Amino acid sequence: MDLLRLATAGSVDDGKSTLIGRLLYDTKSVFTDQIESVERASRDRGDDYVNLALLTDGLRAEREQGITIDVAYRYFATPRRKFIVADTPGHIQYTRNMVTGASTADLALILVDARKGLLEQSRRHAFLATLLHVPHLVLCVNKMDLVGYAEDVFERIRAEFTEFAAKLDIGDLTVIPVSALIGDNIVTRSAAMSWYEGPSLLHHLENVHVASDRNLIDVRFPVQYVIRPQSDKYRDYRGYAGQVAGGVLRAGDEVMVLPSGFSTTIASIETADGPVEEAFPMMSVTIRLTDEIDVSRGDMICRVHNTPAVTQDVDAMVCWMDDVPMRPGQRFAIKHTTRSARAMVKDLQYRLDVNSLHRDLAADHLGLNDIGRVRLRTTQPLLCDEYKRNRYTGGFVLIDESTNRTVGAGMVNEAR
Amino acid sequence: MSRTYQLTQLQTLESEAIHIIREVAAEFERPVLLFSGGKDSIVMLRLAQKAFHPARIPFPVMHVDTGHNFPEVLAFRDKRVGELGVQLVVASVQEALDRGFVQAPPDGTRNRIQTPVLLEALEKHQFSAVFGGARRDEDKARAKERVFSFRDEFGQWDPKNQRPELWNLYNGRIHLGESIRVFPLSNWTELDIWQYIAQERLELPCIYYAHERVVFERNGMLFAANEFCRPRGGEETFTAKVRYRTVGDASLTAAVLSDADTVDKVIAEVASTRITERGATRGDDKFSEAAMEDRKREGYF
Ligand SMILES: Nc1nc2c(ncn2[C@@H]2O[C@H](COP(=O)(O)OP(=O)(O)OP(=O)(O)O)[C@@H](O)[C@H]2O)c(=O)[nH]1
Ligand SMILES: [Mg+2]
Repeated sequence: MDLLRLATAGSVDDGKSTLIGRLLYDTKSVFTDQIESVERASRDRGDDYVNLALLTDGLRAEREQGITIDVAYRYFATPRRKFIVADTPGHIQYTRNMVTGASTADLALILVDARKGLLEQSRRHAFLATLLHVPHLVLCVNKMDLVGYAEDVFERIRAEFTEFAAKLDIGDLTVIPVSALIGDNIVTRSAAMSWYEGPSLLHHLENVHVASDRNLIDVRFPVQYVIRPQSDKYRDYRGYAGQVAGGVLRAGDEVMVLPSGFSTTIASIETADGPVEEAFPMMSVTIRLTDEIDVSRGDMICRVHNTPAVTQDVDAMVCWMDDVPMRPGQRFAIKHTTRSARAMVKDLQYRLDVNSLHRDLAADHLGLNDIGRVRLRTTQPLLCDEYKRNRYTGGFVLIDESTNRTVGAGMVNEAR
Repeated sequence: MSRTYQLTQLQTLESEAIHIIREVAAEFERPVLLFSGGKDSIVMLRLAQKAFHPARIPFPVMHVDTGHNFPEVLAFRDKRVGELGVQLVVASVQEALDRGFVQAPPDGTRNRIQTPVLLEALEKHQFSAVFGGARRDEDKARAKERVFSFRDEFGQWDPKNQRPELWNLYNGRIHLGESIRVFPLSNWTELDIWQYIAQERLELPCIYYAHERVVFERNGMLFAANEFCRPRGGEETFTAKVRYRTVGDASLTAAVLSDADTVDKVIAEVASTRITERGATRGDDKFSEAAMEDRKREGYF
């Protein structure tokens, strides 16, 4: 069985947690003690109905305030697929937690309240989902029960979103009218919206094709750990452990190790269960090379004629996640693949207005939740690809060296 | 492995966990793996073994021993540690009680007083990264926790202020005295764990499989009558066929009625169960809606 990772997105109160609760409930993925506890909590709060959002809003503060603060991960399976669900917060203050949940998602569910239409935060989240290159988007026009299940309301929001989406880089978009509260078009098609001819949300989630989203072309193997057993049996053993970030590697392949540039051949690809013929993304394996060359953590194994950029000058989109703003001239620790270095902000080229996607060229800082295009200079070369080609060799985080907080998420634009 | 270059869900989870374990070994000076002899920590130890094969696991394991143990589990722990040739550190709650470092609560349970004992041991051995076998499907507070969970110098978790965690990049930077709890099994469910146990043919303490035991009923749960947990007035003992879904403090962990005496039967049982692992078996989490969140804030696993 394969695995689909999905994340919710959208403005506060648009019904993300309720939708996930409904999905879990209607696929019978909620245990009786969980539903009893949610029923009890709903009663104690004086809600008229069982508040399914409480299935994911598990923190005390979340229940007090009736909002989601941080990502909740939930798991369910149907006979077709296993799902990892990241229910993220809509509140602008917690945008960084939405980014956390969406960074690994194969699919983003963007919710919009049918009464309110697209809000600034809906646009921000839709933009972030495309910036993070989530390959599949589903726009759920929610709370259709509150607008009389009217087709024209749905069509208006669909048109508005499509117009906004035209400015974004969206691979695959599906639009579904739903009521998370009542369960319309969640697991089965709703009788209340006979004008809608598409699939239910679950049907779409079960059938969306995600196998081709991985990069199987560009061989990228960031070396994570060097395995050198100190034992008589494996005296001369030397293996390079890591997780394949791109491409397909085979024993006998001619490869190049960066940044040194030495080329050699893959002697074998090993796992604790024995050797494997091929390794592909996201397998964790150990690679042995035919030549004794100097390879260490942070190096990258790739093909001779298909290499990432090796550069100390990085041009990237950065999503800022800290209360203290980012300004040119500042220095941070940077983590990229298995490499750590330091980076200086050379230049902020522009800050984006998420509503209009207008570029503010005069901006001199990125505040909390701002997104901008930045040029960095790093103390060591990074071995990177354009983020759009490969999430795992194009994404990096910036860390404040005094507070140790993760302050920025970066996506490499162009890598020469 | 198929030509479509797709991993199954178990392969995906295994690869993710191995990546996390190697990251910690590469970036931290003194990691430690919490090993209780329970099924999740057995799986975690197996993953650690695979991560560094054919080398040995490059860090010690630690057991926070409440003193309320199932003898089968302790025996299993020692056997497994011996096979792998790893160093075992035991942090003993009983010893901490004896020297007055912690006081037993009136009900005699030891779950809560594990926390100061754990924190003291981490400080004594200067362990800066601690692998735990917790899964996000266990509890609604755990469902919110990062893979790398930052803890301040008091071991406290601040759920409203977690570090963003993107892709497979983990921020393990800390100041002296602070630590990171690492959860490689975050995305595994109880069913994944059992399927993996079957796939890897992992040996488990026998109490995970159905057996006859003298039990009594309390708060709708079945507890073994033993030296740590005696029936009170009105609680009748009887013999039943049971197994354990979790193995924690023997005075708090309940058994479930079961005929599942093989891995395959357990998988079938877990796949069809309508009640969560903790809901079915943990006396300690029933008292308050936010019991787990509160314990984590205090420095619990
Ligand atoms: N009538 C109606 N109400 C809904 C629907 N979906 C959600 N709601 C209500 O909208 C409110 C907010 O729902 P949540 O699910 O908490 O919203 P959210 O998007 O998760 O909010 P944040 O996580 O804080 O951003 C709750 O009172 C829900 O009961 C719907 O389809 N119809
Ligand atoms: Mg929510």
